[in-house]
Amino acid sequence: MILRTLLIYLLIVFLNISYSYAEASMLSDDTKETREEKIHDILEHTEEAEFNAGKMILEHVIDAHEWHILTYTDSEREKHHVSIPLPVILYHEGEIVTFWSSKLEHGHGTHKGFKIETEGENKGMIIKTLEREILEGERILVEGDEASIPIDLSITKNVLAMFISVILLSWIFISVANSYKRRKGKAPKGLQSFLEPLIIFIRDDIAKTSIGGKKYEKYLPYLLTIFFFIFFNNLFGLVPFFPGGVNLTGNIGVTLVLALFTFAITIFNANKNYWKHIFNTPGVPWWLKFPVPLMPVVEVMGVFTKPFVLMIRLFANITAGHIVILGFISLIFIFSSISPALGYGVSVVSVAFSVFMGLLELLVAFIQAYVFTLLSALYFGMATEEHH
Amino acid sequence: MELVSPGIGPIFWMTISFGILLWILAKYAWKPIMKALNERETSIDEALNAAKTAKQEMEQLKFSNEELLKEAKEERDSLLKDARKIKENIIEEAKIKAKEEAEKIVELAKESIQFEKMAAITELKNQLGSLSIEIAEKILKEELSGTEKQKELIKRLIGEVNFN
Repeated sequence: MILRTLLIYLLIVFLNISYSYAEASMLSDDTKETREEKIHDILEHTEEAEFNAGKMILEHVIDAHEWHILTYTDSEREKHHVSIPLPVILYHEGEIVTFWSSKLEHGHGTHKGFKIETEGENKGMIIKTLEREILEGERILVEGDEASIPIDLSITKNVLAMFISVILLSWIFISVANSYKRRKGKAPKGLQSFLEPLIIFIRDDIAKTSIGGKKYEKYLPYLLTIFFFIFFNNLFGLVPFFPGGVNLTGNIGVTLVLALFTFAITIFNANKNYWKHIFNTPGVPWWLKFPVPLMPVVEVMGVFTKPFVLMIRLFANITAGHIVILGFISLIFIFSSISPALGYGVSVVSVAFSVFMGLLELLVAFIQAYVFTLLSALYFGMATEEHH
Repeated sequence: MELVSPGIGPIFWMTISFGILLWILAKYAWKPIMKALNERETSIDEALNAAKTAKQEMEQLKFSNEELLKEAKEERDSLLKDARKIKENIIEEAKIKAKEEAEKIVELAKESIQFEKMAAITELKNQLGSLSIEIAEKILKEELSGTEKQKELIKRLIGEVNFN
């Protein structure tokens, strides 16, 4: 687990470096340039449109304002992007601005003064640009020293995938619940019999053993929901086509919310015994607590690191899996840019490794959902443990 | 859209949609599913317990049946034993009786044989007597046919008579 986390950090660092390096050499058209320079730039752009693995992988892993399906180059060597436009919702200076993300022309255009930042620390975020008309009638955008960033509540790719998964999960489990009602007291059938072992596994091996007693029943709905939400989205993220292939559980915002839910439930259900353990840990010498509250500080930190680690673990594992698979696929294009024959040769190896990674990811999808659920249950169990 | 910094948008939408999902599933999915599972488990437990008691009862029944069978066998055995004894007794008695009877018959036969024998002897004696008398008569007739002879006899007879 540690090795894996380390690996993903190294990968992220490496990819960020290569990405920003590539970006720097691909500055596009919104600075002050003459027409010839623009043409030259475009030509250079197309010439330079060699495969950039780091950029490609990162684009697949991070969130976006549009759902990109594919990009093709036509006979005039012009690139076309095929993507599903998604609604952009911005809250800026007291007003809500909404428009379709297609207006942003895949990050090249500006609409209502908003554009996607292409460089710097806000790269990928929608920012407000400062517009100025000049006499020639040509609109040139001049960025202010401090580009203001609106609050971005857009339905992005991840958000849409989230909605889809919420709808699918509701539909699946309500239909399963209905089949329980319909076939009362009978053996499970179909989807019901596929999901029942998992439900019973969570109830008996996670909730009952970690929380214990009768208390587990209170937390069971939450545990089941996070397990199936994470498991389903992990699996869905492995499907390479629409509406799958979204790195939802590898989005740190999503894992943050999941971890916060666990954190909030832990805190609000914690009993006196739990707080006593934190602020006045029994069985610890008094001098670790009194003049300098060393133990309380460590314990309070622990309260926050637990959900933090939950957030990071899920995010890192899922993102790393996606990155490794995409890396293997990238190898094909890297080698085929050297020679097509080499590309074909490498593709065999790459596909084999991708399949292997895909199988590993299936395992990881389950394990991560299990670990998140198990740890949440353990935290609930710790928070509600009675003094003995 | 940085990879490692959480964006406001996903957090906002995730909180809302996950909250809704949690509510929907808790109310419309987990509650009925858990209820159904618990019900089924209790019914299975009950069924298993019932089967267990039934098995125990069966065993008890079997045990008592065996006991009954055993008793019956024992009774049969004792009955047979008794019967055998009775039979033997009867045979023994019959034998004794038969022997007695036979002895009686033999005795009777012996008696009657004796009787017959005696009768026959008596008759034979009688006949022998009369025959002897006849013979004696004839001999006397023959002997005493002449006076000489009669005189001689008288003489001898008188001679034989002792005058004590």
